[in-house]
Amino acid sequence: MWELFQRIRSVVNKTQAFKSIFRHGFPNNDGNRALVMFSNIILHLHPVRVRRGALKIKFTWCLGGLTFFFFILLAITGVFLMFYYVPDTNRAYGNIKDLGTVIFFGDLFRSLHRWSAHSMVLFVWLHMTRVFFTGSYKPPREFNWVVGVILLSTTLVLSWTGYLLPWDQLALWAVTVGSKMAEASPLIGKAGPFGAELGMNANNDITFALLGGTVVGQSALLRFYVLHCLALPLVTALFIAIHFWRIRKDGFSGPL
Amino acid sequence: MPQKSVNPGSMEIKIDKKSDDLLARIKKTALKKIGPEDTVLVWPNLVYLELIAMMFALAILLFLCLYSPAPLEELASADTTPNPTKAPWYFLGLQELLVFFDPWLAGVVLPSLIMVGLILIPYIDPNPKGKGYYTFSERKFSVIGFSFGLALWYILIVVGVWFRGLDWSWYWPWDDPHMHQPAGAVKLVDLQVILQSTLGLSETPVATLGRYVVSMANLITWGIFVGYYAIGFAIPFLIFRNFYNKLGFVRYNLTMFFFLSMLGVPMKIFLRLLADIKYVLVTPWFNI
Ligand code: HEM
Repeated sequence: MWELFQRIRSVVNKTQAFKSIFRHGFPNNDGNRALVMFSNIILHLHPVRVRRGALKIKFTWCLGGLTFFFFILLAITGVFLMFYYVPDTNRAYGNIKDLGTVIFFGDLFRSLHRWSAHSMVLFVWLHMTRVFFTGSYKPPREFNWVVGVILLSTTLVLSWTGYLLPWDQLALWAVTVGSKMAEASPLIGKAGPFGAELGMNANNDITFALLGGTVVGQSALLRFYVLHCLALPLVTALFIAIHFWRIRKDGFSGPL
Repeated sequence: MPQKSVNPGSMEIKIDKKSDDLLARIKKTALKKIGPEDTVLVWPNLVYLELIAMMFALAILLFLCLYSPAPLEELASADTTPNPTKAPWYFLGLQELLVFFDPWLAGVVLPSLIMVGLILIPYIDPNPKGKGYYTFSERKFSVIGFSFGLALWYILIVVGVWFRGLDWSWYWPWDDPHMHQPAGAVKLVDLQVILQSTLGLSETPVATLGRYVVSMANLITWGIFVGYYAIGFAIPFLIFRNFYNKLGFVRYNLTMFFFLSMLGVPMKIFLRLLADIKYVLVTPWFNI
């Protein structure tokens, strides 16, 4: 069996199609193992060699990598969910219900999306905790820590905007709790300190900007949908790119 | 202590003659030649590790999906308010704070302080030790401070998720979640009211600033509030001068401001729980 597999592979590796895609042979010798890191755009995030200590699981606990993995899973399952979802207060709830009843793998993809989201939020905190306890934010990595805090906030806001989309009781009221808090912002919220003094009311304060109205309704759903499916994923992806770039440039802090 | 970091993009080279310890570290780490024997190829060593981690995570996620699929409650309706209304679990710590603080503090100012405080960490911690390895003894204050904040965050979340039920009352796991808890007999009072009655202060205002009528008791609460920070700033400065010297003026003040504010959160919680105090400080515009 193994023999056969090896034989097929060596034939496939010599075809023009394979060579045009991978530009070098299968990475089973050191030369190709180095080349694969250079020529594959995804693997290229890594260096060719790492210090032995950087592999220690008890150093990173794989937390940053898994956070990234959850982000990718969310993107994949999210695209699937978008095929079946219309951000209309009259249809959204029914769309989600259909995912659980009539759509092939609908429930699986929705559950996977939700569990990945919970996991990403949890793991981004754990990853930050790891980075703190290994002192990996110390020079020259201060700025990457800042990028990390930005990622922490976009992750939380991404999760929170997604919470509204099913348009069920859980969604509506969880978001209502949040918008009540925004209302109380100092200076820019109508119920916050000095808000009224500065002329804030239900039609011009920060909650109005967030919800596109005075209640959690159609405009809020559309806003959250666009933020959740487009704006915030793009921003997060951009900062993840910066984060990874800086890890390479600053060097990894792990032990020798 | 400013460290010169030559060519910030690449590996740092620190020059600091004063610290023998640091020199020893540099000798041990940065200057040590990394030969091929200390490094391994990323393919297969790291790539396979990542693959295994991803498979593991995916397997656990799939199991969770089968065990507990995504919930869907009834259609959203503005007419029926669920009791209690809970935010997603990762925000329940903040929602729990609503019991003890007004929304502008619990929902806006405290989260902003957390974010800004986190961002500042690398800039207010000048300790060069403990970089790239786990250690407690070499950076006690920062580890304790950070752990304290984390613990606070998670404890509040746990309380919000598992110990709050109808009317946001306290429910033990063995309490019936469908029965309302008897309304508490405690009446919350403001600190200035307590001061007024126990010290027998007169109610005539000392000053009036527009809407703000300042009584003697109110003035004292200002004193207590400002005094908390003033004493907090002063103690380490007077007793642990070394700590101040290491940080310098700006870092010291930032560190102490965030540290004392963080400490203030559980202190206010305890004031409420033990002394039934609603607000420490009352003004027409905001209450703390
Ligand atoms: C979407 C969120 C995030 C992703 C996908 C991510 C991903 C990663 C990955 C893959 C690494 C490599 C080492 C490891 O796996 O631990 C890393 C390192 C790092 N992360 Fe993150 N991270 C995120 C959020 C954060 C946050 C919230 C912080 C801190 C506030 C942070 C700070 C850092 C720092 C300073 C390093 C360098 C660590 C070192 O050199 O030891 N990251 N990140």
